[in-house]
Amino acid sequence: MAQFLSLSAAIEEYLCDGDTVVMEGFTHLIPFAAGHEVIRQNRSDLTLVRMTPDLIYDQLVGMGCAKKLKFSWAGNPGVGSLHRLRDAIEKGWPNSIEIEEHSHAAMANAFEAGAAGLPCAVFRGYRGSDLPKVNPNIKFINCPFTGEELASVPAINADVAIVHAQRADRDGNVLVEGIVGVQKEAVLGAKKSIVTVEEVVDDLATGPNSVILPAWTIDAIVEVPGGAFPSYAAGYYKRNNAFYKAWDAISRNRDIFQSWMKEHVLDVGPEVFANHRNPAAWVEI
Amino acid sequence: MWGRKSLQTIEIRRLGWRFKMRYSRNEMMTIAAARALGNDDVCFVGIGLPSAAANLARSIHAPDITLIYESGTIGARPDVLPLSIGDSELCETARTTVAVPEMFRYWLQGGRISVGFLSAAQLDRFGNLNTTVIGPYENPKVRLPGSGGATEMATSCGEIFIVMRQSTRSFVEKLDFMTSLGHGTGGDDRARRGINTKGPTLVVTDFCVMKPDPKTKELTVVSLHPGVSREDVVNNTGWDIRFNNNPSETSPPKEEELAILRALNERTALAHGGSN
Repeated sequence: MAQFLSLSAAIEEYLCDGDTVVMEGFTHLIPFAAGHEVIRQNRSDLTLVRMTPDLIYDQLVGMGCAKKLKFSWAGNPGVGSLHRLRDAIEKGWPNSIEIEEHSHAAMANAFEAGAAGLPCAVFRGYRGSDLPKVNPNIKFINCPFTGEELASVPAINADVAIVHAQRADRDGNVLVEGIVGVQKEAVLGAKKSIVTVEEVVDDLATGPNSVILPAWTIDAIVEVPGGAFPSYAAGYYKRNNAFYKAWDAISRNRDIFQSWMKEHVLDVGPEVFANHRNPAAWVEI
Repeated sequence: MWGRKSLQTIEIRRLGWRFKMRYSRNEMMTIAAARALGNDDVCFVGIGLPSAAANLARSIHAPDITLIYESGTIGARPDVLPLSIGDSELCETARTTVAVPEMFRYWLQGGRISVGFLSAAQLDRFGNLNTTVIGPYENPKVRLPGSGGATEMATSCGEIFIVMRQSTRSFVEKLDFMTSLGHGTGGDDRARRGINTKGPTLVVTDFCVMKPDPKTKELTVVSLHPGVSREDVVNNTGWDIRFNNNPSETSPPKEEELAILRALNERTALAHGGSN
């Protein structure tokens, strides 16, 4: 049953060095505040799993938290490269990392298989691509009924899933709205889960088909207003596209990156995210 | 790497009168790509050039086109171009938003997409695409973003349109990595692999329009943009590019097309906090 904790207590209690962790949110609801707490607590040797590593894993990789990355699209959307990730892959800084590379369809299917308790996902994919040649976790099987060749990848079952959502009620049930990505699958497929939310309310005021994570599927809930910045939380604040553009220059240079991380992550706490809900404050980032 | 922006003045002769219009090669490319989309299409849209072309089509001649983004938004009608595949404008304007596994399983794999719109870092003569690495995979010179949705789009969409800037670095004899299948080794390679979708049927660049030869599937130049010579195309292609017997001239941008594209780009720059 979900416990309400502080962010530092939740990460301290549930995430260990060497764990496989999923921090999901498809462009929307990316759990940045939680990622920053992982960096502050200096977790290391993590296997990071995420369809789009985005800035959150660029920061974790750049700060030396990762030993492996499993992903399907590693760019700064609409802007260019993830420079910290490229530096780790191309030059081994701050440490070299192992990569396991998939397509979106494969990752999405693997998350679903994880939630469904299956050992692997089966789908029509990877036909003609070189990806199976460089990733031994992509295999092909034949349909037992038609003989059609289909792709298969292992299910994703993380040690810990961390997601951000709009609201939780006081019993710990969580509502996710808008672009819902693979968050539900990531949480249901993981051994432990931490959910950060914009706010805790008396009544979620949901419809019958709302995407809900019942309290008993979650281990820790943390109220972190603004916790998805610079991605967004539909109904609360928009994606800060100017920040995504600015990240290109910040992340290009190792020293600038490190001093940015010191000032905006290491020397502060999750309370700074509350300011990010106010677009007037964005110019200062 | 692909940042060339040559604004050119093109002199056009039509019906015995002459006028001069200024537009960039990029604008010509986006407009030519937009024209290929129809009102009845269900289009799976990649971010960047494909998104600009698809939304331009929706703003001009295809108001009812269904635009689908891999974030799960079906029937998106954004007023500004999204910077990412999951900007809030997409979800707020969509007919429905589904989870990402459903998007890839029911809608893409289920065969409900008529056109997939892609771009890439490298393309070869059979429209095969690389978005993974430049150089060897284990020790890449440039690590690119990777597949995203492209690998399965390439085989599950009814057909594929490609829009990308042309140079010898991007239009290459041999891909460094095959992320997404085009026509493979040409001819009936797709069919022999059991793939029953069409693959690339159209490539629009900043120089010309190409289509695969019906038999060999090798990309062939079918029209040259105004002011572009055969030599320009040859000099910007990494293989011995073939031309249709009598390639036509791409119809230049109409004033309306340019005005709508520029207004779209201006709204987008404003919304994203400054231009690219």
